[in-house]
Amino acid sequence: MNYKMHILVCGGTGCRASASAQIITRLEECLRDKNLEDEVQVIATGCFGFCEKGPIVKIMPDNTFYVQVKPDDAEEIVNEHIIKGRKVERLLYKDPERKVAVSDSKHMGFYKKQLRIALRNCGFIDPENIEEYIARDGYSALAKCLTEMKPEEVIAEIKLSGLRGRGGAGFPTGMKWEFASKYQADQKYVVCNADEGDPGAFMDRSIMEGDPHSIIEAMAICGYSIGATKGLVYIRAEYPLAIHRLQVAIKQAKEFGLLGENIFGTGFHFDIEIRYGAGAFVCGEETALIHSMEGQRGEPTMKPPFPAEAGYLNRPTNVNNVETLANIPVIITRGANWFNKIGTERSKGTKVFALAGKINNVGLIEVPMGTTLREVIYEIGGGIKNGKKFKAVQTGGPSGGCLTEKHLDVPIDFDNLLASGSMMGSGGMIVMDEDDCMVSVAKFYLDFTVEESCGKCTPCRVGNKRLYEILDKITQGKGTMEDLDTLQNLSQVIKDTALCGLGQTSPNPVLSTLNNFYDEYVAHIRDHKCPAGKCKALLSFHIDPELCIGCGLCARNCPVDAIVGERKSPHFIDTSKCIKCGTCIEKCKFKAISTR
Amino acid sequence: MEKIKSLSDLKRIKSQVQEKLDLREKSEQVENLIQIRVAMATCGIAAGSKETMNYFIEHLAENGINAVVTQTGCMGYCYAEPTVEITKPGKEPIVFGHVTPEKAEEIIQKYLKHDELVEGIIPVNYNTI
Repeated sequence: MNYKMHILVCGGTGCRASASAQIITRLEECLRDKNLEDEVQVIATGCFGFCEKGPIVKIMPDNTFYVQVKPDDAEEIVNEHIIKGRKVERLLYKDPERKVAVSDSKHMGFYKKQLRIALRNCGFIDPENIEEYIARDGYSALAKCLTEMKPEEVIAEIKLSGLRGRGGAGFPTGMKWEFASKYQADQKYVVCNADEGDPGAFMDRSIMEGDPHSIIEAMAICGYSIGATKGLVYIRAEYPLAIHRLQVAIKQAKEFGLLGENIFGTGFHFDIEIRYGAGAFVCGEETALIHSMEGQRGEPTMKPPFPAEAGYLNRPTNVNNVETLANIPVIITRGANWFNKIGTERSKGTKVFALAGKINNVGLIEVPMGTTLREVIYEIGGGIKNGKKFKAVQTGGPSGGCLTEKHLDVPIDFDNLLASGSMMGSGGMIVMDEDDCMVSVAKFYLDFTVEESCGKCTPCRVGNKRLYEILDKITQGKGTMEDLDTLQNLSQVIKDTALCGLGQTSPNPVLSTLNNFYDEYVAHIRDHKCPAGKCKALLSFHIDPELCIGCGLCARNCPVDAIVGERKSPHFIDTSKCIKCGTCIEKCKFKAISTR
Repeated sequence: MEKIKSLSDLKRIKSQVQEKLDLREKSEQVENLIQIRVAMATCGIAAGSKETMNYFIEHLAENGINAVVTQTGCMGYCYAEPTVEITKPGKEPIVFGHVTPEKAEEIIQKYLKHDELVEGIIPVNYNTI
C-alpha cells in the first residue's frame, strides 16, 4: 500500500547542522508510537533553499511548510497535524510585512519569483534513492541520447539551448563539448568541477547533496557526446555529505546498470570516479584542477593547449561545473527550444544564487536570467536585515565586484554584470548595508586572494600582496591620494598579466569599490574618517558628559585604564592610552559612550 | 537489483515507482485537483472516518480520479460523522455527512465522476476567515 502522507525533512548541510537528523528520528519514533509508520513516510531531502529559517519540514499532500523546527516539535506535528489535521500555527512561516502565517511555500515571497531547473529535485526527492530520481524522469535524457540521438546531435542540441558555463566565465557549454569531441585519442575524460571555493557560495554543494543523480546522468551524456568513457568528479574534501551522497548515487547507478558496461544495451560504457581536493581555491581553475588530479601541485598552466586538446593525463578532457551539468538532462528531455525561451538574449536559462550577508532571507535561490538585483534582494531576499539601508552587493565572490544602488535595476545576466564592473562568477551574492566599510570589504577579499594565490606568476603573487598592503595602510588612516592612483594602475597591470582567472579577476573588488565608493576612500585618506565606523584605527571614543552618571563601570572594565573620573560625575577617555577595544561601549548601561 | 538493460526497462521501472511520488507531485498543484478532506477529530474517528479515508485513497485511482485526500479537524457536524468536504477545482466546497465506505463509493461514482449530487449534503451556512 502507498503512504497517505509524506513528511519531507531537509537533509542538507545547513539544516543538519540545526539537528534535522534528530527531527527525522523523533518523527519516526512518534509515528511508530501511534502505529502510523505504514501510513506516513518520512523522507530526508536535499536543500529547500530557505536556509534562513531552517530546519524546514514540509507535509504532503496539504503542502504545509514548517520553519525552524526543533526535534521536540516532532510530537506536536504528529499529534496535531498528522492525526488531527490541524496545522501547527506557531511553526508556520510568518510573512514579515503582513504579519500573517503563510502555510504553503507557493505563497511565500521567497519562492514566488523562483524558477527551479537546476534545483528541480532539491527538497523534493530522497537523494539517496535512485527510484525517486527515476520517477522524476531521471535517466530518460540519457536513454534518449543513447537510443535516439547521434553524439553530434546531442552537442547541437546543447549549443542550440544557449547554455553557458555556470562556474564563472560563462563559456558556451555546447562549444566546449564540440572542441573536446573533435580531438582523437585512445581515452578522453569528462570532469565535473565540484571544487566550489567562493566564500559564501553553496549552490554546487546543495545540488550534489539534493540531486546527485542529475550530475551522474549529465556526465554520462557528455561522455557519449565527446566520446569519453571515463568521468571524474573533483570535489573538495570539506564536503563530506555531498561526497557521501555522490558515492551512494554512483553505487546505485552501477547496480541499476546506468553506469558501467553496455548502458541501455547500446554498447556505450561509462564509469565515474571521485577525486578529492584539499580545498585550494585555485584548483577551481580547470588547468590547476587537472594538475591536482594528476597528483601534481595545484597550479594553473597557460592555455592553449586547452583541456579539450590536452587535459587530464594529456588526453582530451571536458571540464564542466556542477550547476552547468544539472541543467543538461532537462535540456535533453524538454528540448533546447524550451530552454532557450527562458532568460535573456545572450544568457539562457536560470541561475542559482547563494544569498548571504545582511539580508533577511539567507538561502539558495534560482531565478531566470534577466531578473533584476532589486527583485532578488528585496522580493526574494526580503530586504536588508534590521531595516538598515542597502549599500552594495558583491556578486561573483572574491573575483567579482561590488554593485550599488544604481545597479539595482540591471537585469542579471553574464554580460550585464560584466558591463557593470562585476561578474556572474559561481553565483555568490553578499549583501552589505550602511555599516559596512567598502575599503575594508576590498581588503577582506584581497586577504582571501593573497592567501589563495598559488604563487606561480609574479603579478598575482606579488601584486595582490602590494594591493593588500596599500588597502591596509588606508584603513589605518595612513594612506595618501597617490595611493589611489597606484591601486588603480597596479590593479590594471595584474588583470592584464596574471596567468589564470584567479589573478585576472582578483583586483575586481578594488576596482569596483574605487569606482563606486571613491568618496569613501578619500574620507579615509583626507579626513582620517571611516564613514561606516568600521576602521578602528580611525575611530576615537568619546563619553557624553550629559549622559554619563559616573557609575565607573567602564573605568573598572577598561583593560588599559584609559578612563578616568570621579564617582558620580562624568568620566573622560584618555585617547592617548585608549586601544579602541570597544569594551566600554558594551559595558555602559546609559549609551553614553560613542565613536566618532 | 535487476539491471536496466533497455529503454523499456527504464520506462517499466519508472511506472512502478512513479506512484510513490504521485502524492508529492499532486500536492504541488493542489488547486487544480479535486480535494477531499475527511474530518478526523475524535468524533470522526469514533464514527469510522479512518475507514472512509482509506476507502477514498484506495479506490480513487482505480476509478481514474485525480484527487488529493487530506484530513482535517472537526467541522462541527459531529451528529453526522464521518463528514467529508469535497472541493472540485473552481467550485464551492460541498460537505457530505454520514459517509460510510458505501456512501464513499456512491460519491465516487456519482459526484466525482458525473457531477451528480447525492443524498446527505450538509448545507454550509457559515463563513470562515
